[in-house]
Amino acid sequence: MHKILLIIQREYLTRVKKKSFLVMTILGPVLFAAFMVIPAWLATMEDTEVKTIAVVDSTNIFYKILPETEFIKFIYPEGISLKDLQNSFEQLGYSAILFIPHNILSSNTSILYSNKQPSLSVSMHIENSIEKEIERQKLKANNIENLDEILKSVKTDIDLRNISWNEEGQEKESNTGLAMGIGYGSGMLIYFFIFLFGAQVMRGVIEEKTNRIVEVIVSSVRPFQLMMGKIVGVGLVGLTQFVLWVSLTFLFVGVVQKVAFPELSKTPTEQVLSQDIMNNQQLQKPQMNFTEPKPQMLEEIFTSLGSVNFGLILGMFIFYFIGGYLLYGSFFAIIGSAVDNEADTQQFMLPVTLPLIIAIFVMINTINNPDGQLAFWFSMIPLTSPVVMMVRIPFHPPAWEIILSALILVITFVGSTWMAGKIYRTGILMYGKKASYKELWKWFRYKS
Amino acid sequence: MELFQAKNVVKEFSNHRALNKVSISVPENTIFGLLGPNGAGKTTLIRIINQITAPDEGELFFQGRKMQPDDIHYIGYLPEERGLYKKMKVGEQAVYLAQLKGLSRQDAMKKLKYWFEKFEMTEWWNKKVEELSKGMQQKVQFVITILHEPKLLIFDEPFSGFDPINANLLKNEILELKRNGSTIIFSTHNMSSVEELCDHISLINKSEVILEGQIFDIKKNYRTNVYEFSYTGDPENLLSKLSKPYELLTNTTENHIHFASIKTPSEDTDNHLLKELIPLVNIVSFNELIPSMNDVFIRVVEETNKKNSIA
Repeated sequence: MHKILLIIQREYLTRVKKKSFLVMTILGPVLFAAFMVIPAWLATMEDTEVKTIAVVDSTNIFYKILPETEFIKFIYPEGISLKDLQNSFEQLGYSAILFIPHNILSSNTSILYSNKQPSLSVSMHIENSIEKEIERQKLKANNIENLDEILKSVKTDIDLRNISWNEEGQEKESNTGLAMGIGYGSGMLIYFFIFLFGAQVMRGVIEEKTNRIVEVIVSSVRPFQLMMGKIVGVGLVGLTQFVLWVSLTFLFVGVVQKVAFPELSKTPTEQVLSQDIMNNQQLQKPQMNFTEPKPQMLEEIFTSLGSVNFGLILGMFIFYFIGGYLLYGSFFAIIGSAVDNEADTQQFMLPVTLPLIIAIFVMINTINNPDGQLAFWFSMIPLTSPVVMMVRIPFHPPAWEIILSALILVITFVGSTWMAGKIYRTGILMYGKKASYKELWKWFRYKS
Repeated sequence: MELFQAKNVVKEFSNHRALNKVSISVPENTIFGLLGPNGAGKTTLIRIINQITAPDEGELFFQGRKMQPDDIHYIGYLPEERGLYKKMKVGEQAVYLAQLKGLSRQDAMKKLKYWFEKFEMTEWWNKKVEELSKGMQQKVQFVITILHEPKLLIFDEPFSGFDPINANLLKNEILELKRNGSTIIFSTHNMSSVEELCDHISLINKSEVILEGQIFDIKKNYRTNVYEFSYTGDPENLLSKLSKPYELLTNTTENHIHFASIKTPSEDTDNHLLKELIPLVNIVSFNELIPSMNDVFIRVVEETNKKNSIA
């Protein structure tokens, strides 16, 4: 027992002392933040180019009515047919031609011509504008007086906040989007950790084997101790990294919260009530731009962060991280012991990576349907459960499902570690032989 | 008394029998040569002694009782293929490996200090292993092997990779270890070092022990009863007057000195031959032509291979 601790200590310290560990620890949260912020940022970047769209309106309803934005401008060329416009499209320099057929009221269709795919925001803007105008026209047909004023005054934007109580009667705000985000994030994180640290186990085993130090070590300790020492040591490195990442992230979020949203210390109801006066005024003004983020959305997310059961999620995350890692770690140890160098690992990698990739696909489905059949079964299969169950946990699946899934995982990794120990023991002393699955099976059946 | 014994050890791999009822006894405080051609099963046997692998059949005894898992603390093993963690510092690594052999950290440090000073390696302590030359790494590994003062040392081709000076240093160290009471199993293909160092040998060929015993006895058994001598005087005397049981094999002359070799009947002694020769010629030098371990090795292995191919 004392020796396995020595091995764990060495595996842990040599990795934690590396410069790359420190760099990853600091860079990790930054990279994560970047992963979330950059796509959003890119999306806003996209449309800074002004797009001029020529409108050919056979109905004459839309003349100079379509609302323009900073980047979308409409031009209504006169005395030129659609055909001519199309033929001289290149010379005229329009981004697109919008054709509104005379039967739009019955066909509900108009056409946007262009020589390249228009962006989603342009399409959506045009679609919305035409829709609104036609709706207005249809309402107008009913001869209602003061229609525009009525429409303005009825315009409302309801913000639905889900507040639930816990047993102590405390109010908590829940947010489906947030649950999805947390589920997705932790599922990805587990996937990522298993790959990153599983591969480290494999590389460690190959290093010892190619160094030939393994023969010296197994003359002092049992091969199983060496294997477990390595798996546990590397796993602790992963946990350390994770804990550091989480604390750094929380530190960061905490600072942002205190600085940017000091009123978050109030209960959700207090917040809603205190918003009344301020928001009533706001509501009078019609919101022209629906893409502009509502100011309270970020606040809402921060408030509902409090409703997420972080204790449970963190606990389960650590459990599924350890369980999934031990399961896959033992597979990676087998691969490491079966080959002489890293290039030879290819043939064994597929069966190990495939279930993880399937888990990612199932995860995407699970986020939309966390209680579906697919989600249920893949959160029971131990090869995918660490990722899939982790996605489901923020949606509060039944306790028995979590317990069953956890139990299956534990039983499987005990079995896989035992099996890995048997193959590893023989594999680390085999050189120059290209191992096949048949060979691995033989090693597995050797007597100890 | 025997420090280590293996009795009827069998080890089978999927397609062949690596060891077939192999028995060896290693007397205490001797250097025991484990010899054999490549692929004979030496490494498998060494791994069994180290308890790296377990035999399929047979028994192992250490200090007269059945071998226990904890007996590996009393064994030091220097494998043929050396290796250390390349990125780890020399000192740190030495302490780690010594701790795995059951030494406490303080003991390991104390002993390492002694050996590093003795071998003039102190300034390597904080270097990474990959910064050392191959010979230096071998030295480090040798120190690590003997550090915990094991009762049984197993050296597999210990001299490979050493320059003559360091090889000599190593040889003296091995003899010193024996003087201090260690027992050494020594596996090599270098027969001259076997003759220099070993007291006992076991020769393994094709998974079986084909020859074992004390070097002295083995050589006696494989003596060819041929004597070489040089003389002055008349070669004619030798040719004509040598009596019947003695057979003159060669007779040459170089710089007025004659060289000859004579085969004697196996029951004969040195003195009888001398008595026969003294009246005939003037003896300058006289010695028995003793087969080298190299000759014995080749002869025995080839004989058994021939026997096997006939069978």
